[in-house]
Amino acid sequence: MASPSTPAVPAAQPLTLDGVTHSYGTGLAVDNVTLEVKGGELVALLGPSGCGKTTLLRIVAGFIQQTNGKVVIGDRPIDELPPNRREIGIVFQNYALFPHMTVAENIAYGLAARGESRAVQAERVKEMLATVRMEGFAERKPRQLSGGQQQRVALARALAIRPRILLLDEPFAALDKNLRLDMQIEIKRLQRQFALTAIMVTHDQDEAMSIADRIAVMSHGHIEQLGAPAEIYDDPATLFVNNFIGSSNLLKGAVEAVDGSEARIALACGATWTVPARGRFEPGAPVLVSVRPEQMMLADAAAPDRIPVDLKLSLPIGGALIYDVAAPGGEQLKIAVPRRPGMAASAPGTAHAALAPHARPALFPVA
Amino acid sequence: MAAAAATTGAAPAGDKVDWRLATPLGLTYLVFFAAPFLILLGISFYADAEQTRLGLDSWLKFYTDRFYLKVIWDTLKLGIFAVIATTLLAYPLALVYRAASPTWQRVLLFIILMPLLTSVVIRTFAWIVILAREGVVNQTLMGLGLTATPLNLLQTELGLVIALTQIEMPLMLLPLLTIMNQMDQNLVDASRALGASKWRTFFRVILPLTLPGWIAGATLVFASATTAFISQSVIGGARLVYLPSLIWQQSMVVYNWPFAAVASLTLLFTVLAGIMALSWLGRFARTT
Repeated sequence: MASPSTPAVPAAQPLTLDGVTHSYGTGLAVDNVTLEVKGGELVALLGPSGCGKTTLLRIVAGFIQQTNGKVVIGDRPIDELPPNRREIGIVFQNYALFPHMTVAENIAYGLAARGESRAVQAERVKEMLATVRMEGFAERKPRQLSGGQQQRVALARALAIRPRILLLDEPFAALDKNLRLDMQIEIKRLQRQFALTAIMVTHDQDEAMSIADRIAVMSHGHIEQLGAPAEIYDDPATLFVNNFIGSSNLLKGAVEAVDGSEARIALACGATWTVPARGRFEPGAPVLVSVRPEQMMLADAAAPDRIPVDLKLSLPIGGALIYDVAAPGGEQLKIAVPRRPGMAASAPGTAHAALAPHARPALFPVA
Repeated sequence: MAAAAATTGAAPAGDKVDWRLATPLGLTYLVFFAAPFLILLGISFYADAEQTRLGLDSWLKFYTDRFYLKVIWDTLKLGIFAVIATTLLAYPLALVYRAASPTWQRVLLFIILMPLLTSVVIRTFAWIVILAREGVVNQTLMGLGLTATPLNLLQTELGLVIALTQIEMPLMLLPLLTIMNQMDQNLVDASRALGASKWRTFFRVILPLTLPGWIAGATLVFASATTAFISQSVIGGARLVYLPSLIWQQSMVVYNWPFAAVASLTLLFTVLAGIMALSWLGRFARTT
């Protein structure tokens, strides 16, 4: 275990991206991204492949020189510095441990490059092995380690140089599912212990949700929404974020009336819902209403705000019961309700889909 | 995945390959290589050129004469120089190749392979035109006023090493480019991010990890430079004697077959020694 008397870590430095733009040939990989990561904060760049998140990470690391914009650590721009002068720790998706070196040599690599003495190297290697709980593995070669162990060594190697910033590139993608949670907790613990400002790149929303303080959802080179995980899930700012995060039912409709912060929507499938409306919506405008499966329920009786549906399938999945229903217009909806003990799957038939209490559907204009 | 990290080229277990697949080539080797080799070994133990009497005379004569010892040493040296020269030129090119786009890689590979499309004889004679007293190199040097009298490049070791470097270059490059291209870019990036300079990254990461490719290339270059009969005799001429031309002279001109057999076996041992030294170097380098 790391002793609590380890030398005081310097205050975490904020990392600022200011109008960072990068183009490959004709295409824009990163389009004017401005993002301020606070000292000690972990921000996840979340998006599908090709959204520019990895390019952004490589720009911060210095492997790619951006076309435009600035990267600042603390109050110092680092754009002119080569990668070896940036003091940034990186953990790669495939860990990128040097296969011809032992665990100890891997961890000491950055220290040796800085010209630290053998004694300092040996001491730091011991300390880092203890920090990632890998004592006794110093003389192993990377290929003799499991995926989780390799990642711990990769973390130890990155942290041994006492970086100012930690970059994590899809850190859990190569791990077995049951190992992921352990490593997520481990990374969060180390990031706190070393007071590191961190950026994690991932396409997996669960990873981002579990350890990020804030999530930047990216698409086509720009940030669609930046916010706390719950905020991103509950109040998606754009249709892209809505569709990318979690699952949701999309229903076509038209605005009937707007009343302050709420709008009454006539759904194409027949019901009329009153939903919170952010932004300006004109009466008559076509809209999409998005509602999460767990914010809906099934009822027996018909009502103006209930959609008559055809119940096709119900699946008891652990603690939830998932209904697959078809609305009159042919739209497929998913409804998830908590499953009480003894509650079995329902037989196919007709039912009425309704908003659950406290449901917060999101409203998007149709372009 | 963990499997990707563990890069051992082990054959799949439980899937035995039928050894009889190797019979055609095995038989060919037995008849046309192993048998002649044994005959060669036998002939070397005749004491006289007429092969009437057994004895170690040929061996003793070869290994006690300073002239022949110098031929062995010169042959070894030629191989070593060719390996050094191709290495110094191949590594920078391999790094450029690695960084190039797939399109440029194809262009580079075509340029590298192009010399192989012409025969060694033609390439060797082309070097005569380039290196001769009135050749391209000397005319350029004299035109620029860098030298008053033409340099002697033909029939010198320097000229031969220059020509062999160009002729053997593809043999060094092909294995090196293959392994260079397979190396994970993340390893280079990791080294840089950890604070290592470009040079340190080259010597600590790129070089050790591409060493198996270099050893394959160096083995091929060493073996072909030491045995390059055509280039050695055409460019080296009569002044420079190496083991291959010595063998030819002893067997085809002097008709001293036992002595030619000793020279042949010596050439074989020389090449083997070089190959063994290279593989030893590889094992040594990978464990440090």
